[in-house]
Amino acid sequence: MTRIVMLAATALVLMVAAVFFPFLELSAGGMVRRSSLLDAVLAFSSGMMLPLTFATAALIIVLPTLRLAGIVYALAPMALGWHPARHAVPVFRLTQALRPWAMAEIFIVGVSVALVKVAGLAKLSFGPAFWTFAALVLVTVLSDNYMCRLTVWKTLEERRRP
Amino acid sequence: MSGPVPQQIPPALTARAAGLVACESCGRVHRDGIAQCQRCGATLHSRRPGSLQKVWAWLFAGIVVYIPANIYPMLLTTSFGRTTENTIIGGVIELIDYGSFGVALIVFVASVLIPVGKFIAIGYLALVVRPGARIGRGSGLRGRQHLYEVVEFIGRWSMIDVFVVAILAALVQLDFAATISPGIAAVSFSLSVAFTMLAAQSFDPRLIWDAEEGTAP
Repeated sequence: MTRIVMLAATALVLMVAAVFFPFLELSAGGMVRRSSLLDAVLAFSSGMMLPLTFATAALIIVLPTLRLAGIVYALAPMALGWHPARHAVPVFRLTQALRPWAMAEIFIVGVSVALVKVAGLAKLSFGPAFWTFAALVLVTVLSDNYMCRLTVWKTLEERRRP
Repeated sequence: MSGPVPQQIPPALTARAAGLVACESCGRVHRDGIAQCQRCGATLHSRRPGSLQKVWAWLFAGIVVYIPANIYPMLLTTSFGRTTENTIIGGVIELIDYGSFGVALIVFVASVLIPVGKFIAIGYLALVVRPGARIGRGSGLRGRQHLYEVVEFIGRWSMIDVFVVAILAALVQLDFAATISPGIAAVSFSLSVAFTMLAAQSFDPRLIWDAEEGTAP
């Protein structure tokens, strides 16, 4: 349980870095363009596409962050041997429900496809945020693999405040 | 090595036959008639009410928005004053022209094969678990469960193409040389993915096993 909390906390820190540092760098004909994860999200922000902005923001930034924060909130007190936090039960149920909608790993595959598409057009290089985001995906997958849903529920019930 | 296989395996005892309800969220079992799980607070249903209706509704919504997703352009590339429009299939063909067959395959699988396969798979599951369905009765139950799990797992990967468009549109803004902007198909495609994910989630996998007992839900 400690391991899951540690990994989720790590992923949270990585997420902050991934959002604000430049993600990819494109140079063509002497022009250089850096874009961060936020730019990718805001790509749809014109006119009819606005709802899609919220959707992509939710899928690749907000929901993964919410899920990781939820895992830390629900499990950290138990990893330290305390009673679970006040609303640990509904929070953990929410993290379970969010799981299919957090699509960070799919975004990474999307990035590699995009790279191939522009390869002929311009020179591309990765920014620091790309590597943090890749690490984030890895850490999230690890923490999900260590987590056993049924064990967590059992522990939550056993440690409940009398 | 293994002992003799028992000739007659007794039918498994289901929660419902035992008068119990299992919580879908945390796995705890309760006596029948309790509305909320005492451990995790989720609503308890022996079988989700109106599951198939929701599945059909989301599935049709998904199919309807998948049509414009294929007709309208996904990407608008403006290069030296010329604008080219790319649909989903057009993007795949372009990738093949570049010679990157692997990536073309990924995009094709993610945005054509998976959505269409999902429509068919969900429709098939919803058809065969109907009470009184004639096709495929009592056979291949395990296969159906696997099919359901695959559909639920794989659905989200269709979003790849939408993300590709988002990245390209953010990145390729080189004024005159090349500009990429997203097309309207990106919206309907992501809606289609979301709707079919909801269809898969509203499907109650326990209905698959009801067919074995021949009981109506």
